[in-house]
Amino acid sequence: MTAFGYIVKYLLFPGFVFSAVVGLLTTWVDRKVTARVQYRVGPPWYQPFADTIKLLGKEVVVPAGARTTGFLVMPVVGLAAATLASTILWLVNLDPTVSFVGDTIVVLYIMTIPALALIIGGSASGNPLGILGASREMKLMFGYELPLVMAVLTTVVKVGSFSFEKILIHQEYNGVMLGSVSGVLAFIVAIFCAQAKLGFIPFDIPEAETEIAGGTHIEYSGAPLAVVRLNTAIMYLVMPLFIITMFWGGVNFVGWRILTSILKYVAIVVIIVVVKNTNPRVRIDHALRFFWGPMFVLSAVALILATLGY
Amino acid sequence: MSLALKALKKSPWVFHVNTGACNNCDIEILDCLTPRFDVERFGVVLVGSIRHADVLLVSGPVTANVLPRLRRLYEAAPRPIKVVAFGACGCKCGIFRDGYNVVGPMDKYIPVDAYIPGCPPKPETIISGIVKVLSQL
Repeated sequence: MTAFGYIVKYLLFPGFVFSAVVGLLTTWVDRKVTARVQYRVGPPWYQPFADTIKLLGKEVVVPAGARTTGFLVMPVVGLAAATLASTILWLVNLDPTVSFVGDTIVVLYIMTIPALALIIGGSASGNPLGILGASREMKLMFGYELPLVMAVLTTVVKVGSFSFEKILIHQEYNGVMLGSVSGVLAFIVAIFCAQAKLGFIPFDIPEAETEIAGGTHIEYSGAPLAVVRLNTAIMYLVMPLFIITMFWGGVNFVGWRILTSILKYVAIVVIIVVVKNTNPRVRIDHALRFFWGPMFVLSAVALILATLGY
Repeated sequence: MSLALKALKKSPWVFHVNTGACNNCDIEILDCLTPRFDVERFGVVLVGSIRHADVLLVSGPVTANVLPRLRRLYEAAPRPIKVVAFGACGCKCGIFRDGYNVVGPMDKYIPVDAYIPGCPPKPETIISGIVKVLSQL
């Protein structure tokens, strides 16, 4: 594939435009399901798009105490990283032969960049609550990255390779990871890590609207806020897709597999939304204890079981 | 009408500030988010930071202490911003009119786009107020 082909793929399909549209639709599903859980009607389907267009048209305020460059550039860096992760995952799922050695590790790294960008952006905002949010996001990252990597390692040990191609082909011929005991344990751990990575209740500690008024997002207005929200929307697409690729045989657009792919995606999104709606926000030290305690033990057990062949 | 303005009509985000009200209005605002009225149908959500807001909802007579904060909030809001005076106190200071620390009503200090009267306003009144604000855009 030529460089131009890659650029088109990155910007249009399956990159920025496609990921943004599907991601925003996913946030709508989230809000609608939340509303139905609370016995409300909820917003119409175009609500996330209206929000984004409105924010793009509003004034951009840079607070007096902020570092302008870091404050404005960081959301774009996060968005670029989230889009790149989405592009790699879709390309690999649609055609496993484009996979390269160690792309699992690359995607794992890229997926941490949106959170890092938010940390830098929040610190650059010059707002005490923004800095508080950034420090909480940092602590949360220390918490969830370890179990997430252990969960991914479970699949890697089972398959014996770091490339998505081998992982997908292994699951095609030997059954999905979810069919084994270690796979189920690692899947549970990954779902909780996704919850924290997306910044959803019970792990929305860095944003905490009711407590620190948006945390890392607090000073963003207008277009940068739209970018920050797009960032979350695309990560909402990336995390379920990553989990499906690692544990549930990937997605595909050939024949009947379109239907099963969409069902898998919706199933994971609904699990995330239901967890989000039935839990209170936990404290940051509780979150750390949760990830380094039960989740770490669970992922370690999964890893040991995987090495034993279960 | 431009696209951004059309989108603004579909998703007005509200920042609510209490400038010395008795808390009854604040409870009625939360009523609008409950299943019976559910203003999220129209894209209305309460936001935690003034930087995210399109509507500044002010309930309460303005007290001497809160006045500088109210001014700063109005200046910190990204334009276009709509200001709504909420409840009898927000409109005309209500029963706190003769209070020693009351310097309101708020429309002496910042431009107000809509008044929602009542003590407290019924949710139906609030929804009609939202419609009034949006039809000005």
